[in-house]
Amino acid sequence: MKGNEWRLANGGRIDRTRPLAFEFDGERYWGFAGDTLASALLANGVRIVGRSFKLHRPRGLVGAWCEEPNGIVQLGDGARTTPNLKATQVELRDGLSARSVNCWPNARSDAFAPLQLLGRLMPAGFYYKTFMWPSWHMFEPAIRRAAGLGTAPREPDPDRYEERHEQCDVLVVGGGPAGLAAALAATRAGARVILADDRPALGGALQETKRIDGAAALAWTAAVERELRTAPNARVLTRTTAFGCYDHNLIALSEKLSEPESAGLRERLWHVRAAEVVVAAGAIERPIVFADNDLPGIMLASAAMTYAAQYAVRPGRRAVIVTSGDSAYEAASTLQTAGVEIAAIVDTRAEPGEAASLARSAGIRVMAGYYPVRAHGGRAVKAIEIGQIGAAAGRINEGSARRLECDLLCVSGGWTPSVHLFSQAKGQLRYDPERAALLPGPGPKSFHCAGAAAGNLALHHCLTDGFAAGREAAKAAQATRDAGRSPTTDVELAATTAFWASPQSSHRKAWVDFQNDVTRGDLELAVRENLRSVEHVKRYTTTGMAVDQGKTSNMNALAILAELTGTSIPQVGNTTFRPPYDPVTLGSLAGRHVGAFYHPLRRTPLDRWHAAHGAVLEDFGGWLRPAWYAGERRHRDDCIRAEKRATRTAVSLFDGSPLGKIEVRGPDAAVFLNRMYYNGMKTLAVGRGRYGLMLNEHGIIIDDGVCLRLAEDHFLVSTTSGGAGRIFAGFEEWLQCEWPDLTVLVTNVTSAWGNIAVAGPRARELLERLETDIDLEPDAFPHLSIRCGRLEGVPVRIARVGFTGELSFEINIPAGYTTALWERLLAKGADLGVLPIGIEALQELRTEKGYLHVGTDTDGRSIPADVGMGALLAKKSDDFVGRRSLERSDAKRPDRLQFVGLEAQDPGTVLPVGAHVIADATTRNASQGYVTSSCMSEALGRSVALGLVQAGQARTGEAVHVYSSGRTFPARIVSPRWYDPEGHRLNA
Amino acid sequence: MPVRLSAFSLVRNALSSHERWPQLWRSPEPRRRYDVIVIGGGGHGLATAYYLAKEHGIGNVAVIEKGWLGGGNTGRNTTVVRSNYFYPESARLYDLSLRLYEGLSRDIGFNIMLSQRGVLTLAHNSHQLEMLARWLNAMHLNGIDGELLEPSRIREWVPLLNDSPTARYPVKGAVLQRRGGVARHDAVAWGYARAADALGVDIIQNCEVVGFLREGDRIVGVETSRGELRAPKVALAVAGHSSVLAAKAGFRLPVTSYALQAFVTEPVKPVLSCVVVSMSTGAYVSQSDKGELVTGGALDLYPSYAQRGNLPTLQGAVAGLLELFPCFSRLRMLRQWAGIVDVVHDSSPIIDEAPVKGLYLNCGWGTGGFKAIPGGGFAFAHLLATGRHHPAAEGFTLNRFTRGAMIDEGAAAGISH
Amino acid sequence: MLQITCPCCGPRDEPEFRWGGEVPLVRPGPPEQVSDEAWAEYLFTRDNPKGFVRERWLHALGCRQWFVVVRSTVTHEIRATTRLTDTLPEALT
Repeated sequence: MKGNEWRLANGGRIDRTRPLAFEFDGERYWGFAGDTLASALLANGVRIVGRSFKLHRPRGLVGAWCEEPNGIVQLGDGARTTPNLKATQVELRDGLSARSVNCWPNARSDAFAPLQLLGRLMPAGFYYKTFMWPSWHMFEPAIRRAAGLGTAPREPDPDRYEERHEQCDVLVVGGGPAGLAAALAATRAGARVILADDRPALGGALQETKRIDGAAALAWTAAVERELRTAPNARVLTRTTAFGCYDHNLIALSEKLSEPESAGLRERLWHVRAAEVVVAAGAIERPIVFADNDLPGIMLASAAMTYAAQYAVRPGRRAVIVTSGDSAYEAASTLQTAGVEIAAIVDTRAEPGEAASLARSAGIRVMAGYYPVRAHGGRAVKAIEIGQIGAAAGRINEGSARRLECDLLCVSGGWTPSVHLFSQAKGQLRYDPERAALLPGPGPKSFHCAGAAAGNLALHHCLTDGFAAGREAAKAAQATRDAGRSPTTDVELAATTAFWASPQSSHRKAWVDFQNDVTRGDLELAVRENLRSVEHVKRYTTTGMAVDQGKTSNMNALAILAELTGTSIPQVGNTTFRPPYDPVTLGSLAGRHVGAFYHPLRRTPLDRWHAAHGAVLEDFGGWLRPAWYAGERRHRDDCIRAEKRATRTAVSLFDGSPLGKIEVRGPDAAVFLNRMYYNGMKTLAVGRGRYGLMLNEHGIIIDDGVCLRLAEDHFLVSTTSGGAGRIFAGFEEWLQCEWPDLTVLVTNVTSAWGNIAVAGPRARELLERLETDIDLEPDAFPHLSIRCGRLEGVPVRIARVGFTGELSFEINIPAGYTTALWERLLAKGADLGVLPIGIEALQELRTEKGYLHVGTDTDGRSIPADVGMGALLAKKSDDFVGRRSLERSDAKRPDRLQFVGLEAQDPGTVLPVGAHVIADATTRNASQGYVTSSCMSEALGRSVALGLVQAGQARTGEAVHVYSSGRTFPARIVSPRWYDPEGHRLNA
Repeated sequence: MPVRLSAFSLVRNALSSHERWPQLWRSPEPRRRYDVIVIGGGGHGLATAYYLAKEHGIGNVAVIEKGWLGGGNTGRNTTVVRSNYFYPESARLYDLSLRLYEGLSRDIGFNIMLSQRGVLTLAHNSHQLEMLARWLNAMHLNGIDGELLEPSRIREWVPLLNDSPTARYPVKGAVLQRRGGVARHDAVAWGYARAADALGVDIIQNCEVVGFLREGDRIVGVETSRGELRAPKVALAVAGHSSVLAAKAGFRLPVTSYALQAFVTEPVKPVLSCVVVSMSTGAYVSQSDKGELVTGGALDLYPSYAQRGNLPTLQGAVAGLLELFPCFSRLRMLRQWAGIVDVVHDSSPIIDEAPVKGLYLNCGWGTGGFKAIPGGGFAFAHLLATGRHHPAAEGFTLNRFTRGAMIDEGAAAGISH
Repeated sequence: MLQITCPCCGPRDEPEFRWGGEVPLVRPGPPEQVSDEAWAEYLFTRDNPKGFVRERWLHALGCRQWFVVVRSTVTHEIRATTRLTDTLPEALT
């Protein structure tokens, strides 16, 4: 097919019967099912896939999976556009549209490329040293625009994400040969196993040419997968990255379910609590640091091999392979088979041993004891200059440079085991100089590292190692059935030595971190400036902080740092591995806790009725409640005024269902409540109620309400709507932790009962129209008392309490009957002018009455004396929660903020809530308190306000100024009891 | 004085291939005697040392740091600076801090990249709107800049904010402090270190305090992993580790240490120009100059000295962010981490003499220590040098817990620190 | 995410629980005999150790029982969980 001129005719794990069209940077191409975007681009001869972050250097693919630093793309458009994906991890599909990021108009010809010329002016940390004059603000906008990779969507994400919680005996991370062998052993031993691998297909880096247990490697892989998938005790998850290890062996996995541009369920977050964990996450090959090592066409040997073997792509015509170990010889052989001319294998080892002999006998030229000096080329590599390493160890033989022409330079500086999860689990890493790698050292017993992740690169090691780890893990989890014997294969060569960076021979840049444009020179500069800690160097140069998280750069940076500081890698230490191993979508972390499921609102039993009858529903303390009832398209204020008028002149209904209701029972109930309330509750008579404040141990008012005594050993505590859960939990804590000797049972019955407050001068008249066995007459049923009985045949508890200042009955009724009763009351009271009222009207009514609302008219410093209840303290002899705190000097300060009324000089002015009381209207500098509640009172024919004012109670009558947003209002401190101060109405 | 850093010095050094840049600070061998020993090489400790030398002429100072300087909360926070406080006590201290930040790059000759892009605190219901008004008017009376934004103005500032009519937390209003913003955290530590070093302060890294030296009932120095160092005054600025050092000195503090988490996304092109704080979700977010969205959330729910993130808290913070910005859902988290913060009951600091003579305390900053670095250091240096509380730090004493005289911002206006 | 073994319900995930502070915490009294200093000590002053600590937790979304946990504040390892009515476990360091 046209456009796939770099595609091999045969082989690979792609499906040649399924061609897929895609777009990159506006050009159309073709690939096949099984391709990644990266492999398809290579197959189409696209060499420049991105630009570096700072200098906009042209860059080609370096890796073939999550280690890729350069091929960063943006997929799709609109709400589903997704930035910063690695082309190496994007599975190709029909119609895929991708573009390179952080360049214009595209990666091939980027208008910002001239920035490279300024590279010298932009060493590590250059921004700390300049842009100070006249101010950073002059420069920041331009710098911000230049930074950033892709672009964020500007519309809400239309896709869904979900979470799943799972437990298992053995979690195997990695589905390569070691992981497969481990999963096989653990499954056969009878353990509950989860195998998670981040790629679309199992097998990891297994090559087609390998044979395991006498079968072709991929056939073996398929057989193992079949066995695992059919086993009742195993689960196989592909496209699933184990990205973090959290406390107590909680491993977080991110499973990709659909492609970024397609609709529906996109990702699933797994919380796996694993008794044992086998880390078989493989290893990542390292580049070598030398001059101009970032030219397109220079890639990891393993990546080149993967492109050829797995994707059937010829990544170049003529390759030079630079290596410090045996593994790249296999890459050479694979590439040669794929038709790539191998110009030479440059081995930094003087005596590369058997691998070299085998290569030579296959006709490949091996140059042992050479190292890369400098790559040549502009927009692509054209040649590599190599030099001979002198006979004396580490000495460079000057003048031995040679130049090898190539269009593909494969590098292998050794392997870095993927020990991230082990390290996150607080496993220690130790440096193994022989394998030039940080390997798992002492760590948690439940973690087993196997295969390349444990530094064992050879396939036969991976299999036996993995199998043994799986068996051990299963055994530790008490699964001990015979797992049989480990899979076997031929012995492989996998020796490696350390070769991090070539000696610097010129001022040409040698790149350590490709994406962030960090060079060896930057590391040198950091050390020169005495930033020697690895963390300082990382932060100063930004090495390892790009979206590849330093997978290819961290070890090289460590080694160079060790060299520069004259220490060793163990002395330099390494930066901490933190989650995530690979970036994780925010949506999947939020899961279903978005939209309506984020902090779900609580609804009252009357919720549907309210919605159907024009209520304007708002969030009040987590409950969806009517703010007011809009009725026939009237203005908000008119509605509220009508609701208030009905309450003051006729009768109204208020849905008080969210009001906290806590039952307290037992022989010690009275003693207990006496300790929980500021007010004395021991003497409360059966059938009566008492208003009380509840304090915390700091003496601060945390809730208030009426405590009602139903029987000698039975109380009903009402709390504020927002306080129910908190107060109930507090009761339990005190009872269990401080007073276990008290025999008291507390039950939160808030949602079991609906609550309707019937208030107004005609409230009794309305209730009398219903069938009830409760005597409603004032003498039989006075204010602050409770009666149990039946109303319209339904068991109810009616309390004569209220928040409006009018005659008021609060009917508690089993929640399911609430709507029926509500409707009955409305029907029976129609001629009385009954109206339902919302929170806004109620708040204004209680403001007129001067009832305080805890949390509105008190703040987190208010104590009982501040709200005019200080005198009770002396009258109560028993201890109660918070008592001792009321004796501290601060509680007796004369200038405390106290609850008062505030009367605006102009009765038509409603003082703004949040306005501050000040002494001097001109200097406006010292707050003396603030307005906490305020409204226009039709009943009183003027505005009313409540507030907290310094020493307010002693200052009644004093003139003050009230400041709000640049304006001041003259006002006077008055009593908060605005409406019916004698309480005739509520006692009616 | 250190070399003046500028565009000019950058060009000059470029010509010499950057081979002549001097050290940012020395790594001296500790002397045996100092006038003041500051324990803790974070922002507060380094700023204290700098102001001791600069404002009070006390340069014979050592800053000793267990690990690498700036490696604690200074290098682990979300870099927000602001002074939008309710109580006059807090306003004085935090505005002193912000004013010092405003001149800091020039003062210490190191670009801390102070970006006064504005801090926007969102209210989501009528109660919060009332609290915002109470708070904003207090700010005005305290002489702090602040303005109330209506929803339409908020959208101009933050166009990507959730505007769905069914949003769980619709945005009803906001207070904007224009002088608030972000600064580059590492640069603050390095800049202070460099400037303090130039004034003679010894910065000693990898030096752990293992105990205190005493004469009678006085502390006269510290025993460290690098030997004994003596000084008549020892200053503690170790944030989350305050209780640990206090235990070594033989007393306890009203401090509990919690992990505070943060995370960043992969960098994207500019999408958010200011700092956004939400009263309901507890999430706060800004976009770094590099393009990463830097987000924080609530404290972990139990004490911890483990500097690492916890999944449920992180998920809560992410969900909070996505409620505000549903369009960020497809961005990916790149790194998560945690700092260990020293929380006291009223979330206000302690700048005071310790219960043991010769020892001084700077702790209790909780989740808000970064923004207070210059002010905290300035006031602490004042206390160390003069023996008197700086006027901007009065009230932040240890005995406020005995008196019950809390300075609790959250209690007064429902605005968390 | 911690896994805590509730003495009543067995091992459960962290979100089911609520932390409640160091134990033992002795409430001084009667109030008239308690000094300001002793009261402040009770209200505010804590060991806040870097290492093992005994603390009380509530199985809030379960049996609603408070119980004692011995936990490391550094590694978060949990050494023991016991009922409030059991003898308080040894403090470990």
